[in-house]
Amino acid sequence: MSDFKPIIALSGVQKHYGAYHALRGIDLTIGAGEFFSLLGPSGCGKTTLLRTIAGFEDVSAGCVSIAGVDMEGVPANRRPTNMVFQSYAIFPHLSVAQNVGFGLRRSKMPRADKARAVDEALAMVGLAGYGARSATALSGGQRQRVALARALILKPKVLLLDEPLSALDKKMREQMQSELRRLQRQVGITFILVTHDQEEALIMSDRIAVMFEGEIAQLATPQMLYRRPLSRRVGAFIGMMNFLPADVRAVDGDTITVEIAGLGRCMIDAEQAPAGAGIGTASVGIRPEMLAIAFGPVGANERSINGMVAEVNYYGDMTFYDIAIPGMSAPIAVSMKNMPGRPVLDRGDAASVIWDPRALVLFMD
Amino acid sequence: MKARGLRAYVWVYLIFLYAPIVLLPLFAFNSGSVIAFPLADFTTKWFVELSRISALHAAVRTSLFIAVVSAVLATTLGVFAAMASTRARFPGQRGIMGFIMLPLVLPEIIVAVALLVVILRLGLGTGTWAVIAGHVLICTPFTIAILRAAFASLDASLEEAAQDLGESRLATFRLVTLPLVIPGIISALLISFTISMDEFIIAFFLTGTEPTLPVYLWSMLRFPQQLPAVMALGTILVVLSVLLITVAEYFRRRGIARAGGQDSGGFL
Repeated sequence: MSDFKPIIALSGVQKHYGAYHALRGIDLTIGAGEFFSLLGPSGCGKTTLLRTIAGFEDVSAGCVSIAGVDMEGVPANRRPTNMVFQSYAIFPHLSVAQNVGFGLRRSKMPRADKARAVDEALAMVGLAGYGARSATALSGGQRQRVALARALILKPKVLLLDEPLSALDKKMREQMQSELRRLQRQVGITFILVTHDQEEALIMSDRIAVMFEGEIAQLATPQMLYRRPLSRRVGAFIGMMNFLPADVRAVDGDTITVEIAGLGRCMIDAEQAPAGAGIGTASVGIRPEMLAIAFGPVGANERSINGMVAEVNYYGDMTFYDIAIPGMSAPIAVSMKNMPGRPVLDRGDAASVIWDPRALVLFMD
Repeated sequence: MKARGLRAYVWVYLIFLYAPIVLLPLFAFNSGSVIAFPLADFTTKWFVELSRISALHAAVRTSLFIAVVSAVLATTLGVFAAMASTRARFPGQRGIMGFIMLPLVLPEIIVAVALLVVILRLGLGTGTWAVIAGHVLICTPFTIAILRAAFASLDASLEEAAQDLGESRLATFRLVTLPLVIPGIISALLISFTISMDEFIIAFFLTGTEPTLPVYLWSMLRFPQQLPAVMALGTILVVLSVLLITVAEYFRRRGIARAGGQDSGGFL
C-alpha cells in the first residue's frame, strides 16, 4: 500500500429515509487495488453505503466520486462498478454461461471473443466446463462463483461485495475467504466487502472501516483495529475484550500512570491510549489471549494476581476461563491454548493470572 | 364415525356443486326436445343446429372481441399496478391498492348500474366499448392479484443485477423481468379472458344492439324449443372454460417455480 492512489472518494455522504438517518456524513477514501471492508452490526448503514457507491441509492447530501468522476446523477448501469449480491441474483432463466456473459451483451466484441471471455471467467473462479448448465442447478458455493465471474468479466474499477459469504456454511466460507483474497490479488481490482463478521474482515482486508449508526467509528488496518481500538465499542465489537474501571493519575509525556481496579497501579505508553488520555476516570481493555494463567512459578518480572476459576469453556484447541479476582466487580476472561503439560482447570480451582501492562488499551470515560 | 360424517358432507357438497353442470352435457346429447327425464336417444343434432344460427355466431364474435380486448387492457393495467405495489414505495400505497382491489367484492349489479348511468349521462351510448370498460373494471383486480404474486416472487436484486451489469431500466425489464413474469402475464390474460367471456350482468346492461354470447344465450331461453341447443352451447362453454383455467393455472405455477419462489395461493 505504499503507492496509494485513490479510486473512490466519499465526502460528507448522508442518506436519509424520512426521519431515519442511515448515513450521517461519511468521509472516506479508498485506494486503487485495495481490499477494503465495511464492518458493522446489522443496521449500521454499511450496505446502504455500498449501494450509494453502486448507484442503487441516491445520496441525500455529500458527494461520491469514482476514479475522479463525480457520480451525481450517474445511474448504476453507467458506473465503473459491479456488484456481487447477498442473494447472488443469478438469473434463473439463463444458463451459467449466459449469466456470466450477461454484461458483455452490449459490447461490440465478436461472438467468439465473448465465448472465450466467458470460459476464462469461469476458469478463474474454478467453474471451467459449467457453462452449459442451468443456473438453478447450482449449489450455494457455485452460485457465488458464478456471481463473481459475472461481475469480474466486465473488468470493473471496483468490485462491490454485499455480505457474499453469509449464506455459505462455515467450511465453504473459510475456503471462499482465501479464494476471494487470492482472486483480488490476481486481478488487482479494488474490492469493497460489506460484512458483519469481524473475523472475515480481519482475514481478508487491507483496511477496515468499522461503522456504527451510520458513522465510521474507526478506519484502520486489521492489526491496528484489533490492537488499538479507538473506543470501548470498537474493542468489544472486534474480538473479545475485558474492560476494567481505572483512574488516570498522571500523564507525563509519553507515559501514563493508571490505577486499575483489582490490578493496581501501572505505567503505560501514550500509544496505548489511541483516543488520547487525561487525568480522570477511564477504563482499560485487555484481550483474553493477552492474559495467561500461571501453571508454574511466576517469573520475577511478571505481574500476576490471584483469583479463582468461575467458569470453564473447553473449545478443543483453546480453553476459555472466567477468573474471579478479589476487588473486581466481574470475572475476567482469559483464553489459554491447550498444550502438553498444561491441565484444564475446573471451576473453583485457584488460578493466578499473569498480565502485562503493554497489552492494555486505555479509554477515557 | 366422525370421519364418515365428514366424508358424506364432502360428497353432498360436490354433488351440489357439480350436478347441475353434469346435466348440461346429458341433455345436450339427448334427442328429446324437452328437458326432462327419462332420456331419449343419443344425438349430436343440437350441436349441428348451433352451427346454423347466424345470430349466435355474431354473438360469439362480439364476445371474443370484447374478451380479447378486455384481457389485454386489464393485464396491462395489472402489470403497472403490480409493479407499483411490489417495486415502489409511496405514501398511501396500501390504501390505494385496497381501493384498486375493491371491484373484486363489489356487487356486479352495482357496477353495471353505475356504469350505465355514467355512460348515458356522458352521452356515450351503450355498446361494445361500454362492455369492454366494464369488463376491464372487474378483470383488473384479478390480474393484479395474479401479477402481484408473480412480481413479489421475483427477487428485486435480479433487476438490480441487470442494471449493475450495464442494462438500462427498459432493457432490464425486457431481458430479466418479463421472461420471469411472463407465465404470470399469460395466466392473467387467460383468467380475464374467461371472466369476460362468462360475464352476464354488465354485458346485459351495457350491450347495445350486438349482444354478447351470455346475453344472447339468455334471450334464447325464452324459446323452449331452443333449450337443447342452449344445453349444447353450455357444454362447449364449460369445456372451454375449464381448459382455459387449467392452462392459466399451469402458467402461474410454472412462473413461480421459474422465479424460484414459494407458491402462495392463486385461484386453483
